[in-house]
Order: sequence, then C-alpha cells, then structure tokens
Amino acid sequence: MSDNTHIVRDATCTFCGCVCDDMHLTVDVAANKITKAENACVLGRAWFKEHGIENRPFALVAGREASTEEAIEEAAQILARARFPVIYGLSDTTCEAQRQAVAIADMIGGNLDTTTSVCHGPSGIAFQGVGESTATLGEIRNRADLLVFWGGNPAESHPRLFTRYAVTAKGMYVPNGRKDRFVALVDVRRTPSAAVADLFLQVKPQRDFEVLWALRALVKGRRVDPAIEKLTGVSLATLEDLAGRMKRCRYGVLFFGMGLTMTRGRHFNSGALLALATDLNEYTHFVAKPVRGHGNVTGADNVVSWQTGFPFGVNLSRGYPRFNPGEFTTADLLGRGEVDAALIVAADPGANFPQRAIDHLRSIPVIVLDPKPTHTSQHARVAITTATYGISVAGTVYRMDDVSVTLRTALPSPYPSDEEVLTRIKARVRELLGGNRLPAARAA
Amino acid sequence: MPETMTLIGGRSSRQGTSLCVGKLAGEYVEVASTVEMNAEDMARLGLKDNDRVRLRSAAGEVIVRCKARAAKELPSGLLFIAYGPLSSRLMASDTAGSGMPISKNIEVQVEPVTE
Repeated sequence: MSDNTHIVRDATCTFCGCVCDDMHLTVDVAANKITKAENACVLGRAWFKEHGIENRPFALVAGREASTEEAIEEAAQILARARFPVIYGLSDTTCEAQRQAVAIADMIGGNLDTTTSVCHGPSGIAFQGVGESTATLGEIRNRADLLVFWGGNPAESHPRLFTRYAVTAKGMYVPNGRKDRFVALVDVRRTPSAAVADLFLQVKPQRDFEVLWALRALVKGRRVDPAIEKLTGVSLATLEDLAGRMKRCRYGVLFFGMGLTMTRGRHFNSGALLALATDLNEYTHFVAKPVRGHGNVTGADNVVSWQTGFPFGVNLSRGYPRFNPGEFTTADLLGRGEVDAALIVAADPGANFPQRAIDHLRSIPVIVLDPKPTHTSQHARVAITTATYGISVAGTVYRMDDVSVTLRTALPSPYPSDEEVLTRIKARVRELLGGNRLPAARAA
Repeated sequence: MPETMTLIGGRSSRQGTSLCVGKLAGEYVEVASTVEMNAEDMARLGLKDNDRVRLRSAAGEVIVRCKARAAKELPSGLLFIAYGPLSSRLMASDTAGSGMPISKNIEVQVEPVTE
C-alpha cells in the first residue's frame, strides 16, 4: 500500500439488496484500489476489492477497440433502426440511469424489462393479486420477535441481513437481540443459514405451496390431515408448532427468496406466502418481505413503476405502456426469437438465460453497458465500459425495503457512468428519429 | 445407467466473491461448473470428488465436476449448483406465462463421464 491513502466514511455497498450504508473504505489513491472495507461482509469486501480501476478499452464495436463516442453512435443507430428492441437489466445501476433507459424505451417504442423478471418477478405478480403487508428493515430490526426465512440462504447471499437488520441485531423492543427472537428457516436443503435457526423445516422439493397452504389452514383453526408429512416432508406437529408461534408472536416477518419464485408454482407460491401474512394479521402484526438480490433491483422496480405504471415486462410499442409477464418479459421475447435488437445494462443474460434465449441473443445486434467483461458483452455488437456504481458513480439506489439510499464515490474513474452513456444514446436516437417513434398504426 | 435427480441452482459465498473478480475469470468458472451431490449417491455411482458427471435435462446437457456433501446438508437425490452459464443450459425457455424460467428443482439424468 502506498502512503497516499484516504478514508471514505459511510459509503454504500451495492453488491446485494441489503445496500449497507455504513462502509468505511480505505482507498489507495496511487494504486486506484480500495484496500479495506470496514463493516463489509465477505461479499462486500470482494465487491470493493475487485472493483478498482482496470485498464480496459473504453468500448468495443464489432470486437475492435473504439471510443465511447463511436460506440454511442453505433448503439443509437442500432436502436433507431430496430423494429422490436428490448432494453433489459438495470438492477446494478443507479436510479438516474434507469430513468434514462425508460426514456429510451419510450422513445423507440421498445420493450422494457429488468432482472426482476427472473428474480422476484413472480412475487411482483403475486403482490398485484394478493397485496403486501410490508415494513422497512429498520422496523423489523427494532420490533420483530419472530422471523421465518423461506426458500433463501441469506448466510451466503445476504450475510448482513442476519447481523444488521434481523436475527442478531438488537432493537428497541428486542433489546437482547438474538435472545428475544425466534427464528425458523424453511428450505429443501440444510444451508449454512440453518445454523442461526431455532427451527429448520426441510421441505421436499416443489412442496412449498402445500406447506404454506397447510399453515394457512392451521392458523385459521382448520384441520389438516397428518398425511401432510408424507407429501411435504414436514410433520403436522411441526407445522402446528410453527403456526402457533406465528399467531402468538408480537411482530412476525416472513422473508422469502427464490426458492419460491424459481420453482414450480412461481407466483402462486409467493401469493400463498403473502396470503399467510395477511391471515396472520387477524391475530398479530405480520409482514412479508422478498429478499432482493442485486444492489438496485428494487430501484429498478420503483423507477419502472413510477415511469410506466408497471414494475417490469413493459411494452411501449403502441405508444403507451402495457404489462404482460410471459409476453413482454425478456426470457420469453428472446426464447421466441421476437426481438431484433437488445440494449443490456448491467446484466448478463448471456450467462443466466435459457440456452434458446441465449442463441437468439447471439443472432441480433446487442449493446452492453457493464464495468466488466461478461458472457453477454463477449458476443455484443457494442460493448461500452462504464464506471461502477457506488464506487465510482454517485446517485440513488433503493434498498430491498424500498428505502432510498444515496451513494458516494471512492475512486475516480476514467469511464463514463451508465447514466451519462444512456443520456447520450437517448439524445442521438432523438436526433435520428426526430422525436418519439410513432406507433406503426398511427404513422400509417 | 443414468439416475434421475433434482437439481437446484442457487447462490453461494464463493460464487458471490468470485463474481466480483469477473465471470470470465478462473475461480468463477470453477465454482459455476461444480455440482454438489449427496455423498452416498456419489458412492453408489462410483464417483469421488472432482470426477466428471454428465447432467442431462429436457433442455440440454452439461458436463461438470462433482463434490460430495453429507446427507444432513444435501438429501439423497438432490443436487446443488451455483448459478452460471452451465446451469442455464439445463433450463427450459418456457416460463408458463410468468417471465421466469424454472431455475430450481430441474429434473436431470446423472451419469459418470468415464472417457
């Protein structure tokens, strides 16, 4: 380490949806690296350590090095020419950049979708059907005396959810922290998160819905057949015990992960959990919170919702927003081979989507904005290197509980922000189209 | 004879930390191409740590390295793999009108790769 270091206090980690804003960073100015991240978890330490300023091309166009300006021109030409473009990703960038992406989608009459569609998208559908009894993490920290983690492994994916906000944290009405809380974990395998739980329910794969529905029945005082154990792997006595504890607690929380949304049942699973939380409010105070993965995926939901009225899977080709998961969600659009260009911001569908979708992605012109090379950028027509949010870019993000947090920077970057690149793409597309593209029917 | 098992994709600490280094870097590639398997299932299939296995779903097939997990961590018949390019190849593109491909609890045929 050189002597030329400085400390950035109260920086924010944007690795996961916890968005911890109590990071004290030690910056080695000469080496352009963050050498220490006090208060960070293992994931946060890796996030800060590995996002120093790297010597990368500003952009690649058709595989050759290019300036940011050249790449923006090519990107604008692609988007202006496309008949059915999709803009996707957006969960690892600032709200300010997300706004620009929505504006471009509106201007080109394109399709707009975020990584929510392959994360808690089914929960978003369930919210619309069932509703959401919700809370901030601060409220949970200070009040919750019963916590149920369902279909997630926060010990590995959101380590500080346990220590900063929920399990061991001491709060106003739970002054003894862990001792004042009862913790249950529900999963198909015994993950490292089970170590913090008083009760671990090992459910057979694809039986979460049945367990949730049985708990709803028990909470309402209905009879449940003991054969539930054979079906789900969880005994009736265990379910009765948990249902009783849930009804008797002062303030209960159901945290739920992708063990519910990524498996058979999808939004029905999330809906069953949300309905259980609703039922429990007949007896006590109970809330349900999806545990969100990416640093600003919650911001993407918020920005897309306030701009279009819908959280993800939005189509603007008729000049007004339409929401239809399955039709306007990116895995489907690509899997069916419908879109003819893609703008991918801070996401890697080239690694995370089904093969059929990846095959189509490789057959169309793709523009990628990302701080690092990805499977998607490797095959992109235009790959633009952007600065990392929360490290080199300031702005706004939303924590998983919809609380907005302001980012501060630690390392100056030679690369532009996503917001800057998207703003310039938008301006150039506007020049090329002469304003918003008119819907085909009205243009004729 | 291949055996039918249930594959769960998910996150792990190492996947998260190696992701920060880069998805094209060696550690991430290694993490995302290793499947965890019940130790007794591995013994029955004649597998030991780091052996290669073929996973075949209705959507595709991949070859990965295997790693044993005790029965209390991973029940018989269950497999765990960190999300990544290989797990994606086993996902079907149909989302049943939800936008979400099935990424957990994928039925796969498992067999050792001997050649």
